Amino acid sequence: MATSEEPLALESGQADIAERPLGVMTRPQGGNGWRDWLSSVDHKKIGIMYGIAAMFFFVVGGIEALLLRTQLAFPEQGFLSPQLYNELFTMHGVTMVFLFIMPLAAAFANYLIPLQIGARDVAFPRLNALSFWTWVSGAIFLNSSWLVGGGGADCGWFCYSPNSGITFSPTHGVDFYAIGLLIAGIASLVSAVNLIVTVLNMRAPGMSLFRMPVLTWMLLVTQFLLAFALPVITVALFLLIFDRVFDSQFFDPEAGADPLLWQHLFWIFGHPEVYIIILPSFGIISEIIPTFSRKPIFGYSFMVFSGIAIGFMGWGVWAHHMFVSGIGPISVLAFSLSTMFIAVPTGVKVLNWLATMWGGKLRFTAPMLFAVGTVAMFTIGGLSGVTHSLAPADTQQTDTYYIVAHFHYVIFGGGVLGLMGGAYFWWPKVFGYMLNETRGKIHFWMMLVGFNLTFGPMHVLGLQGMSRRIDTYSEGFGFDFWNLVATLGSYVIAISVAYFFYNTVVSRKEAVDLPPPGPDPWDARSLEWMLPSPTPEHNFDVIPTIESQDEWWHRKYGYDEDHNVIRIATIEEVAQKGDAVGVHLPSPSFWPLVLAVGMPLIGYGIIFNLWLCVLGGLLTGGAIFAWVLEPVDDPDAGHGHDGDHSDHSDDDDDGDAVAVGADDSAGGA
Amino acid sequence: MSTDTATADTHTEHDPHATNTGISNNKLAMWLFLGTECLLFGGLISTYLLYKTRGNGKTLPTDIFDIPFTSVSSFVLLMSSLTMVLALSSLQRGDVERSRGWLLTTAMLGSVFIGGQVYEFTSFYREGIGYTTNPASSAFFTLTGFHGIHVSLGILMLMSLVVASVQGRLKPQNAETVEIIGLYWHFVDIVWIFIFTVIYLIPAE
Repeated sequence: MATSEEPLALESGQADIAERPLGVMTRPQGGNGWRDWLSSVDHKKIGIMYGIAAMFFFVVGGIEALLLRTQLAFPEQGFLSPQLYNELFTMHGVTMVFLFIMPLAAAFANYLIPLQIGARDVAFPRLNALSFWTWVSGAIFLNSSWLVGGGGADCGWFCYSPNSGITFSPTHGVDFYAIGLLIAGIASLVSAVNLIVTVLNMRAPGMSLFRMPVLTWMLLVTQFLLAFALPVITVALFLLIFDRVFDSQFFDPEAGADPLLWQHLFWIFGHPEVYIIILPSFGIISEIIPTFSRKPIFGYSFMVFSGIAIGFMGWGVWAHHMFVSGIGPISVLAFSLSTMFIAVPTGVKVLNWLATMWGGKLRFTAPMLFAVGTVAMFTIGGLSGVTHSLAPADTQQTDTYYIVAHFHYVIFGGGVLGLMGGAYFWWPKVFGYMLNETRGKIHFWMMLVGFNLTFGPMHVLGLQGMSRRIDTYSEGFGFDFWNLVATLGSYVIAISVAYFFYNTVVSRKEAVDLPPPGPDPWDARSLEWMLPSPTPEHNFDVIPTIESQDEWWHRKYGYDEDHNVIRIATIEEVAQKGDAVGVHLPSPSFWPLVLAVGMPLIGYGIIFNLWLCVLGGLLTGGAIFAWVLEPVDDPDAGHGHDGDHSDHSDDDDDGDAVAVGADDSAGGA
Repeated sequence: MSTDTATADTHTEHDPHATNTGISNNKLAMWLFLGTECLLFGGLISTYLLYKTRGNGKTLPTDIFDIPFTSVSSFVLLMSSLTMVLALSSLQRGDVERSRGWLLTTAMLGSVFIGGQVYEFTSFYREGIGYTTNPASSAFFTLTGFHGIHVSLGILMLMSLVVASVQGRLKPQNAETVEIIGLYWHFVDIVWIFIFTVIYLIPAE
């Protein structure tokens, strides 16, 4: 056993580590080299890696979008062949949904959930690493179809049968789609279970469910949706891959199969998926808007319950994607009504954000601009969504650019803008420096204008009758002008994203000459802001005891006898110092990475050569056993149980990674 | 290895008291996972129900079900839930040897069930129902095959417990591990009750 003379448990065990599970690899010991990122089980490092990888795929999906828009800029262009166009719009959709916005939300969930509930890490740190690496291997597998699969999938992101069958899609693109999404689905499922257990089980003392920040609540609802929606698409994808590889008869209409089976299975997953995409963004702006309005969130319990209501009702609206597929008048009526109803809890949320801002001391910082932009753009997308609940109108709009406009307003306007706001908001907490505000505002306005230029005209194009997924159009249909505008807008979005990357790099250089942001640069409200920036490896020196919603705010502010808000403590007085020693953290592990590498090998095996399956299976199975035999906590790492907490007298933490019973010594006032 | 296990033991002992719900992280995660499995099997059962009469002019699985045979193998699987409970209860009472015996029995009963399934699949194939014969056969083999894989993975986990027990690493304080794997095992049994009732006992019209 190492002694606690060392600063932190993770760095303390360099002595002789004899632990070699299955005699293969030495237990990694933590640090900051590249190996430590590969083996890290720290929820913060994993969150950062999720964020970086998601932004990479944002660029990939964005390039695909630019190619599509370039093809459509003018009528009758031959820039892309129809087949390549099909592949590009399919891969654009799949990439943006599964490889950009979901993992970017996962980045926030990983980084922030433990901090907001006062935990040292997630419930299963190694499973968390597994989620990330499995998702990465699924993402790489999916995109490798460009290189080895004869092109990307060409069936649209929802890949309706029989288009997805061998007959109409003879390349391996759809195989890569199905197996890639299965692998990514395993990642999301593991992550959902992990984060739900974390929120339910690992809250700090006093952090009851209804004291949790709205962001944590919305992420919790998202994880429940993931946990129950993913198995359904898992079934659908298995049936699809069995049809394509093993000649089963699930989607062959000639053999009497029903193509609607796929549509139902896909959309039972697919509609909750919409809320999986949007709810994290709702949560993020529910943190940003109160902070910059200097008011608590208006109607906290309404916010939480409307989020839960969306979570439940999201299961009862899937067939509104199928109004034109002949599901019968009763079904159409029922799903029309449920679709109208689900606008109610979303409307509650919009009103609550507005009421939070009403009468507040508004500060229009970059994150606040993004948050307000999210509310406005999402409202437009939500309203056009309600027009789809009217089945006769929807029949007219189905598969036109009107639909494309609608869901981009929801997913880009409601989802991406909110996540970008979150990036600006938590950037100092994650990286220890602020993003330049002026450039942030320029980024916001460029993105907002570019976004509206791109997707606003699509409403018009759709109502004029331009169909979706068409690789070109003829002159004289009246489509020319708005298509050109949309293409120009898409380039403005691309420039704004490049400008964001530029901002991150330059702000980092400039930050050397600026004072550090300190724990709480925005005068914010939730627990993560009581920690130094960037967050120390062990998160909390001492797990705080929670006495109210907006705990951190109430440690800074109180009321005088006239009920005016007064400052009762400075940030320095009540923030944690980040200097705890002897905090025992979960030990890093390579096995999640090994397990994740095995899965795409199985995938390639199913497509090309079953022997590869054997190799992948051995790797995966071996990794599982090695994982189980590897103790969760390295016995040679420093242990709080040794009882020598040396110089931190207040630290009553029993040194466990899951310690939630520690005393609070940092309570203000 | 023994010190490692000891360390892990203190943690499993410690965790249930530290969580907000009072349920240990591992057990809660298993419950959630089983919840997601309900939707997986829900999707597969729905697919079968949709396709069970779609024979494409060829034999349907419902035409050749051997109900008495499957009833016996279903009974064997159900009894394995009983032995699973006995394994857990023995371990909780500190009787490691007996718990090992019951774990082995559970795995054996599960294997008998799998053997029955292999026999059933083979006889179906001989009677002209292959995986690719018609939508009904594809749905039938996929559903029961997924269930069979779940049982097989359960057997693998049970045998791992038996090996751990032989090595002396499955102690009464690890009873929760057995309990969690037991949850999985009971779930797989319950799913089979659904499948047996819905697929075998309710006749196709």
